[in-house]
Amino acid sequence: MKRLVIVLLVMVSCTLSAEAQKKSKTSKARFEVDGVCKMCKARIEKAAILTKGVKFAVWDVNTKELYCIYNNKKTSTLQIKKALAAVGHDSKEIKATDEVYSKLDACCLYRDGEVKKH
Amino acid sequence: MKFTYIKIIIIMLPFLLQAQTEMKGMAMIKSEDGKVSGLPGATVYWLGTNVGTTTNNKGWFTIKYKPEYKKLVFSFVGYRTDTVTVNEPTELHHFMQEEGTLDEVILKGEKKNTAVSYLQSANIVTINEGELLKAACCNLSESFETNPSIDVNFSDALTGTKQIRLLGLTSPYILIAQENIPSVRGASQAYGLTFTPGTWIESIQITKGAGSVVNGYESIAGQINTELKKPYNDDKFFLNAYANLNGRLELNTQFSQKVSDKWHTSVFIHGNQRTVKVDKNDDNFLDIPLAEQINVMNRWQYTDAKNGFVSFINFRYLKDDKQTGESDFNPRTDRLTTNSYGSEINTERFDTSAKLGYVFPETPYQSLGFQVAYSAHNQDSYFGLNQYEINHKSAYSNLIFNSILSNTLNKFKTGISFTYDAYEELVNSTDFSRNENSVGGFFEYSYDNLDDFSLIAGVRLDIHNLLGTFITPRLHIRYAPWDKGVLRTSVGRGKRSANIFAENQAFFASSRQLNILNTDGKIYGLNPEIAWNYGISFLQGFNLFGKKADVTLDFYSTIFENQVIVDVDQSPQQVLFYDLDGDSYSNNFQAQLNYELAKNVELRLAYKYYDVKTDYLKGKLQKALIPEHRFFANVSYETTKKLNGAQWRFDYTFNWLGEQRLPFTGSNPIEDRLPENVPSYSLMNAQVAKVFSSKFEVYVGGENLTGYTQENPILGAENPFGPTFDSSIVYAPILGNMYYAGLRFKI
Repeated sequence: MKRLVIVLLVMVSCTLSAEAQKKSKTSKARFEVDGVCKMCKARIEKAAILTKGVKFAVWDVNTKELYCIYNNKKTSTLQIKKALAAVGHDSKEIKATDEVYSKLDACCLYRDGEVKKH
Repeated sequence: MKFTYIKIIIIMLPFLLQAQTEMKGMAMIKSEDGKVSGLPGATVYWLGTNVGTTTNNKGWFTIKYKPEYKKLVFSFVGYRTDTVTVNEPTELHHFMQEEGTLDEVILKGEKKNTAVSYLQSANIVTINEGELLKAACCNLSESFETNPSIDVNFSDALTGTKQIRLLGLTSPYILIAQENIPSVRGASQAYGLTFTPGTWIESIQITKGAGSVVNGYESIAGQINTELKKPYNDDKFFLNAYANLNGRLELNTQFSQKVSDKWHTSVFIHGNQRTVKVDKNDDNFLDIPLAEQINVMNRWQYTDAKNGFVSFINFRYLKDDKQTGESDFNPRTDRLTTNSYGSEINTERFDTSAKLGYVFPETPYQSLGFQVAYSAHNQDSYFGLNQYEINHKSAYSNLIFNSILSNTLNKFKTGISFTYDAYEELVNSTDFSRNENSVGGFFEYSYDNLDDFSLIAGVRLDIHNLLGTFITPRLHIRYAPWDKGVLRTSVGRGKRSANIFAENQAFFASSRQLNILNTDGKIYGLNPEIAWNYGISFLQGFNLFGKKADVTLDFYSTIFENQVIVDVDQSPQQVLFYDLDGDSYSNNFQAQLNYELAKNVELRLAYKYYDVKTDYLKGKLQKALIPEHRFFANVSYETTKKLNGAQWRFDYTFNWLGEQRLPFTGSNPIEDRLPENVPSYSLMNAQVAKVFSSKFEVYVGGENLTGYTQENPILGAENPFGPTFDSSIVYAPILGNMYYAGLRFKI
């Protein structure tokens, strides 16, 4: 019984320390991504997380900020932004093509100029 | 110096306010093909003010905002006028409904009362507070009456205790947890569900099938988890009073208080009593026991969102006394004598638990959870001349680490758990005391492609002093082949030690002899119960005549490798406990339809089929007292809520139970023989609630409106110390129709 506890503790601590070692390869970034609603949130987060090397992505509807944790050996913020533009969401550097943008649902059309940042 | 500061502030004030004085939003509509677009020209104004605007050609609007403006009204010709509560001037997207179309209004904070998920891998039904209100009374065991997945029936004719079944299996095969800490188990198995007052409950999650490995290895038919109200967002004060015509009185009061920025606390006080003797069927036995319960809980919640900590600490004390038996029974003079048949069941219980959750601020996908719980349960009871005492002390601890593999599409949970149970059990002065302990580790992987596929695969390894070392695997898969169609399948193993006396206390109130036929096992001479559960479920949402509907088809099969058979078919004077020799299974099919009949009218229909068979000593039989066919219907209607929350609510439930097989009584003298089968019957419940405002409501209702009752619920009632006395054969209500009224008040 004691042995099992030790084995499990070692397992957990290994995972933790493995995570710690990965830290050097792990970068965090916060940047603005245009969008409006919860549908946008789902679309933005899905596009970001499906980018190879991205571990975690959360977009805040109110601040329009995307928080990403990613492996900097496998991807970069620019690559993430490209993936976002490909599904119709603008960032500072990379804009979605009008063709992709026009396919967004009406409630997601952030380019109206009516959406001011809070 | 000070003065200049004030000046600056005064000068700055308009600018400071400026930032908050406008809010934006959009009025939107959804066309029949699901396309979403803005609604131009709609009027938007603050209720009770002249402040208003109209939406532009894209449906957008900008409106002046002050913190005292709370209700924003949307209106447009041909569309329903809606009022939306605004607490913060954030961007608001509001869907407008065409007049005459009855789709649910999408509003933040509005939840369906019962929700089946299209997204979760496991087959989980969530019952929210709204649904719990439909069952006005009174505790967890009575909270499932409007839910077709759970069948509620009586355990015996003396204590009036309600017993629940899932997939045709009784509650010991369900892992019943409170905030994910296993709660109704061991000694509390028989009456534990009546120890959680309904008003304490925030929501209930019912998982059909294997369930998660995180909460242990014991679940076989499924898991029921109860979330209690949280001090952080609970009402400051809540009061509920209830009375029924059979003399049951209940009082619930709850207080919540913010102690500091991070600490919140709640006190829950529940009391109930029944002091009136009721014997409507004139068998000289009380139809329902005299009872008294006091139940007090104190909860503390610590929240430090910035540093990622959340913690709960609970203390609960319960005292529950019941007295039943013949109406002239006096415990002082007649206790344990043959003067008169009587029974007392006195329970005292103390619970404490603590939970700590920590989310790593740097890596929010990683978190640690730690739970620890202790309970002491003491039941002192006698049934006629049978005495039963059980004292169960239980400790439980679980440490869970959550993280990801490469990204958040691949998550895992791993951890260790520890349980300790000390039972002191006396059955007519025979000592069955024992200790159980186990330590285990688990790993659960989940994958979600954020689209049409997800799975949860878990395994745990446990080392138990009586059950041995064993592996518990569980798997849940979800696949959505097309829009609103979800296919789920699950498989899993469960293992448990049967607490034969605690779970089958009903037999103490009979002349049956309790005999254990095996001697080589480690628990009462019996071996652990092991079963595999397989399930497949299909959910399809659709529109029928322009209204929302969904249909669910479930098929579940539980196959026992070993089961402790409770055999009441060998002889009416015996109940035999023995290890399964042969087959035992429970197959369950359920078809359910939820349909919005008309505006605010919800219909729920279900058909259930149970094929529950066991190889008894006598041969293969359908389990007694389980109808093969059941039908369920529930209709609810609510008037549209007024601004202050006022509305009417109506609810009606219909249950039809098919023919049931009764335990064997063929060797009794002819007057104490029951038929082999009893015919089908139906039951109806209804409730009306009048909500005066969001603060105050009253309700009245009736149970068993047609008054269907079992003719002779107690066999041999005229000679309770004779050989045929048996109160355990209950297939229908004992009480006829019953009416109640109550009120709820909160601040």
